[in-house]
Order: sequence, then C-alpha cells, then structure tokens
Amino acid sequence: MAVDRSLRGRYVIAGIGATAFGTLGCDTLTLHAQACASALADANIGKDLIDAVFVKAPTSSKQFMYGQRVAEALGITPSWGGAWDQGGAANITLIAFAIMAIEHGHCEVALVTYADNPRSGSRAFYEGARGPEAGLGWFAAMGGYAMVQRRHMIEYGTPREAFAAVALAARRHGAANPHAQLRKPLTLDAYLASPPLVDPIHRDDACLLSDGAGAVLVMSAERARQLRVPNAVPILGFGEGQTTHDLTRRPSLTTTEAARSARTAFEMAGVSPGDIDVAQLYDCFTITVLMTLEDYGFCAKGKVAELVADGAIELGGKLPINTSGGLLSETGMPGMQLIHEGVRQVRGTATLQVPSVDVCLVSNQGGVMHTHSTLILGSA
Amino acid sequence: MPELDLERIQTAYTAGLQEGRLLLQRCGCGALWLPPRAACERCLGTSWTWQAAGGGGTLYSWVVYHVAFHPDFRDKLPYNVALVELDEGPRLLTNILDDNALLSAHARVTFVKPDAAEPLARFRLER
Repeated sequence: MAVDRSLRGRYVIAGIGATAFGTLGCDTLTLHAQACASALADANIGKDLIDAVFVKAPTSSKQFMYGQRVAEALGITPSWGGAWDQGGAANITLIAFAIMAIEHGHCEVALVTYADNPRSGSRAFYEGARGPEAGLGWFAAMGGYAMVQRRHMIEYGTPREAFAAVALAARRHGAANPHAQLRKPLTLDAYLASPPLVDPIHRDDACLLSDGAGAVLVMSAERARQLRVPNAVPILGFGEGQTTHDLTRRPSLTTTEAARSARTAFEMAGVSPGDIDVAQLYDCFTITVLMTLEDYGFCAKGKVAELVADGAIELGGKLPINTSGGLLSETGMPGMQLIHEGVRQVRGTATLQVPSVDVCLVSNQGGVMHTHSTLILGSA
Repeated sequence: MPELDLERIQTAYTAGLQEGRLLLQRCGCGALWLPPRAACERCLGTSWTWQAAGGGGTLYSWVVYHVAFHPDFRDKLPYNVALVELDEGPRLLTNILDDNALLSAHARVTFVKPDAAEPLARFRLER
C-alpha cells in the first residue's frame, strides 16, 4: 500500500482561530462560533464558502447529531459533516477526511472545529471509572498513562529527568505565551518535588484541563490562491494509527501507533526526522512525548533520555517542541492548539519563533494511546 | 448452544471467582482471553469453553493512586492497581494485596480467592 504523494502541498490550512483558554463558563456551540469567526477572519473569507463541517466530539457531554447542531449554530448547511469520536487524534484525522473529500469533488472549503468545556461542564470522561475494573480503583485516563510510564521505566530505565525535560520545555515556552492558561515556569527541583498523583505520574507530568475551542479551515492550495487567502500553510503529509481499546489486550505498552502514523506521514511528505525544524507533540502526559519521539524515529527505542537532555527540546535546542506550551501549559485542549502553533511556526508568526522553519511536525493522540495521527506542515 | 449473552458470561465468570477459580475463555481456534467477550476477537467464532487459570503470573506494570477519583477510595490511599500477565498469556488489571513498596518488575504473583462480598480477581506476591 502506497500513500498518494501527489497530495503533498496541494492542500492548505487557510485559517486558524481559537477562543481564550481556561474556565469560560460558556456552552460548546458558542465556543465553536467564536473559534469559527476567528478562523474565517484569519483566512479573510466569508462563512458562505464553507460546505463541510467536521467536528471533533466533545468530552463533556455526549449528544446525538452533535455535528449537525454545530453546523446549525454556525448557520451553515454543509454537504459533508458530522462529529467524529477518536479521542485527541481526531483533529488531524478530520483534516485528512476534509482533504480526501475535497480532492474527489465532494466539497470545497472544510471547517474542522473542536470545542469543549470540561471545567465549566463535566470532567467525568477524564476522571471517571475505566470500565468494569472500577472496584479495583481503576479511575482516570491518568491511571492508564501511569501504567504505560511504569512499563517504559521497567524496560528502559527511563529516569525522571527525561520526563522533567518535557515538562520544563512546555512550561518555559508557555510562560512566554500571553494566551497560555499556565504561565508559571518550572525548575527541575520543583518538578522533582511535585507530589505524585497516580505514581509514577506526578503533578507536573499531567496536562491542564481547559474550556475552549479551536478551528481550522482546509481547502486546496489552488482555491486559496483564487480567494487570495493571505497566509495559507501547505499540508505536506498526514498519517494515522490505532490499537486496542483495552490496555490489557495490547501486545506492547511501550510502542505506540505513532510509529505507523509517522511512517505514512513521512512517506507522503518525503521527509525524515532529520528534516524536522520544530515539532508540536501531543503532551497530555510527559510519557506521551517521550514515546512519540522514539516512535517517530528521532532516536532508538529506549534512548529518549539522551535525546531530550541539555535543553535539546527547548527553543534554541536541536529540536524545539511545543513552542506555545502544549497541553501542559498553553491549554489542555486535546490537540487543536498544536496544529495552530504548527501553522504559526511555518508562517513565521509564532511568539517563540524558530528561525527559518521549512518543516513542522504535529502529533495528535487519543485515549490512552489508542489512536494517533500525524500532520506535517511546511513550505511546499 | 454457544452462550452469547454477555451478562450471563460475566455472571459465570464472577461465580467462578467466588468459588476461587479464575476463568479464562478458550476458543476452538486456540485464542485465550479473559471475560467478557461472547465472540472470539481472533476468529470471530462463538465456540469457546471455560478454562480455569493456574493462578500464577508476573507483574507487568503497576501504578499507585495518591489521589481518590471516587469518595469510596479516599481511605484506601495510597493503593495500587496492577497489570498482571498470567502464565497462560492473557493480562488483567488487578490489585496486589501487599505493601506498595514491595512491588517490583517481573515479580511472581498468585491469584487470591476473593471475599464473597467483592468478587474481584486480586493477587498476592509469591512468598
């Protein structure tokens, strides 16, 4: 099976938009409207051009026909659309769906949008019982990630300093971001002293919980030129991967679907890890970033502690990651903010701009490493 | 007739625990799994039988909760949840009924017959 490399660079993210992040006290449809308005302004187009509305399902409530409710709230009657549940990997997946639908003539301008309010609404999804094992005390997504992290430590002796490097980078970058929810930098001593929540995960390994929304507009590069979109960013590649829902049924806890997802995305974009100038890696927990770096091929399996040492993943390092603070510092929103920061880095408009970015890598991940998606942005 | 009712399969599994037996499902194709599942995820068939596990396994991974996500667990902190690999191959989530500080990678563990009040598969470190 070969990916269609002809898609490389022929589609763009034409506009990005987001709400504030934090506790917003507002319903998700309103948040979608704000993010959508902001993305339309960024692309300098009217909403009448949108003929597809792809929505990542929110965690705070389950509603049937939610995608159609969102389209209605935006005053759009799309030919294509709906809500997709794939956890945090859904945003990139929906961008991929949009490209494939446009490529085959089913729509022209797609809105991919996500809004959630787990702070003002319900956070039960993140903190609730995980299946029939509730009697054992098996609660919260954090429990699953802690299980994975322990196994990584068992197999590779991964030291706490490696996890700290991810948290320190995110918090340093987030501190510089005026829109970040958590702008307090972190020291190694403070990290090491932070209390355990679900050991081996400590407080500063865990992402934020946030209300907020983010949207992107996807169209062909050709359409963007016709519409005189001012800052369209080419999509060079994308990829996907999924594994079992139950951790117990997974052959390995230390290899993720990031590997399969990246293979497809790298092949489509015609790039390799050495070509990546900056990366926005899904950081719901610090272990996620470490395993994504390994599975993406930035280092050999189990060698990630050496890769992230000495500020290598901070601004000015060999591979700066999560330059707006990621889920650990900017907002706990599952993934859209990483796509937005990737777009800003390629445009050259990021607050913490990496010099001359040709290729930016973005990862999204869902559940407890159940799903993974990869997006590569850059100059075509 | 194969049993297709997931609730009855779960009930039979729980009854096994109450009798001190940890039951696995073995399919005609050779696949082996823990409940609940009415159809084999390898061959999609429904011709499986119960097989009692030997009760031995190794500690694959574990976590220790220092925060309670439900009020029932507040007075149990800090408590562990472990992933045990049975000698037969399948893994399951459990608690190890020993001091958290004694848990170590690849430790040998043994299935413990549960209390009637709470029929859950729990394990102890092998002495």
